[in-house]
Amino acid sequence: MGAEVFDRITTRLAAREEEARVMHGILVVNLAPDAVAQAARSLKAEFAFDIFLDVTAVDWPGQEPRFEVVWHFYSTTDNVRVCLKTRVPESNPVVASLTPLFGSAAFMERECHDMYGIVFDGNADLRPILLYEGFVGHPLRKDYPKEREQPLVPYRDAAAERGGE
Amino acid sequence: MAANPRIPNPVRPTFAPGERDDTVVVSIGPSHPATHGTVQIFAELDGERILRVDVHCGYLHRGFEKECESHTWHNLIPYVDRLNYCSPLINDFAYCDTVERLMGVEITPRTKYLRTLLSEYSRLCDHLTCIAAALMELGAMTAFLYLVMIRDYMYEHIAALTGARVTHSYGRIGGLARDLPPGWLTRLAEILDQYEEFIGRVHGLVDRNRIFIDRMRDVGVLTTAQALDFGYTGPMLRSTGAARDLRKDTPYLAYAELDFEVPVGIKGDNYDRYYVRMREMDESVHMIRQLMDMLPAGPINVDDRRCTFPEKTLVYGEIESLINHFKLVMEGPRVPAGEIYHAHESANGELGFYLVSTGEGVPYKVHVRAPSFVHMGGAAKLLEGYQLADLVPTFGSINMIGGECDR
Repeated sequence: MGAEVFDRITTRLAAREEEARVMHGILVVNLAPDAVAQAARSLKAEFAFDIFLDVTAVDWPGQEPRFEVVWHFYSTTDNVRVCLKTRVPESNPVVASLTPLFGSAAFMERECHDMYGIVFDGNADLRPILLYEGFVGHPLRKDYPKEREQPLVPYRDAAAERGGE
Repeated sequence: MAANPRIPNPVRPTFAPGERDDTVVVSIGPSHPATHGTVQIFAELDGERILRVDVHCGYLHRGFEKECESHTWHNLIPYVDRLNYCSPLINDFAYCDTVERLMGVEITPRTKYLRTLLSEYSRLCDHLTCIAAALMELGAMTAFLYLVMIRDYMYEHIAALTGARVTHSYGRIGGLARDLPPGWLTRLAEILDQYEEFIGRVHGLVDRNRIFIDRMRDVGVLTTAQALDFGYTGPMLRSTGAARDLRKDTPYLAYAELDFEVPVGIKGDNYDRYYVRMREMDESVHMIRQLMDMLPAGPINVDDRRCTFPEKTLVYGEIESLINHFKLVMEGPRVPAGEIYHAHESANGELGFYLVSTGEGVPYKVHVRAPSFVHMGGAAKLLEGYQLADLVPTFGSINMIGGECDR
């Protein structure tokens, strides 16, 4: 299923792509960070990938570049999915926003920015979406401890309120 | 008593009040009878008309994805249940299917058909909840009671199988928690007959009701192009006339062998979303009836020591099974290193799991492509330009589920 369109995409993106292979029925293409926007544009314009499904990141601390950003697209013409991937360093975690191409990118990029601190250049609205204003850090990074609490409303000191029992 | 400390506003709307001097900005939610979920909507109003909307979610964020990274592949199944708590079985099976694909495990035929049947049963529950709540918000109390009565029969019936009404935790990697109890399918047939009787009454009460049509027709209109741009899937996309359904387009489980149609709408308005869901429920009943006849006998769990727990009697009786059980509980099933994205057609649309494994018993990353969250991204466009009162039915017809949206 979809082998023929995968071959055409691989050929089309071959000039820039470092590696492309089919994994679990999805064509996975690794790209340089600055090549993603162009690849997404040609996926949409030339290969009818009309649904932008998802963007997320994977944190690989200790590796360089540290973050892997992962996009998924779906074509309602061929009923296949394509995954684009790139690596960005912790010092400059910037990739191009896909908001000019897909309206759905706006919210999903906000979430990825919340969770990993990836900056989507061109997305004008990277306010917190699942987190809140004033939240410090990016919780899905591996170096963010799971137990850390940042309560919006300070906890009450029950013992002090009882009169220091 | 000490004065309450000043607590900063956790949400910053895109538009500040006072940019225009003839409009009013109201904040609706996060806990408001009109919001149908824990979500906050900032609406700038010109009289009764909504000019701009800023939707904020995240109030139910509980760090699902972070929490998954410190639990074994098995132990996070109860968390998966709590994503879309109106149709938890679909979440269970989508997650288990994704892990099984990564492990290269092929489920048994009985489990394959049973999962398909229960997915459709769960979809019925979800659509019943969505339609019942949307109708109740418009004052249709009788229709609401008819629908939730049927849903309650289903909850009780699923509880007889899984032990819980809502959070079933019934899926297992490589199978299911337990097989059907005696008489379960007989009761299922009864419930489906009752469903048909009561859904007929709801059609009669609502479909051609002047008040209902006035509130729903041409409200919250969405075109196919807009829906695709916003990444909409499921009934939201189908209501615009696009017959896109993963059960047909990329068949999984037993869907390729079933006879069913993909109902679509005409205009993409609230009425179409109501009707598409009603028709989808009929198709689900049709599928469940086929599956009841197709259900083969046989084991429900694969015989694979990497993921299936050994028989309890063997755990107590022989050292190999004891160690196998210990390793599965303490370390979790070893999932080969790799990554996968796999999606099921949930009641709201494409529910995708993106899993990354480093070969451990604990996932390296679990990401959920939650349809509710994606639908919130385009919700503003569905609300702008309509009356404030239209927010209620439009938001109801999106069927935003907080547990899934905020994770």
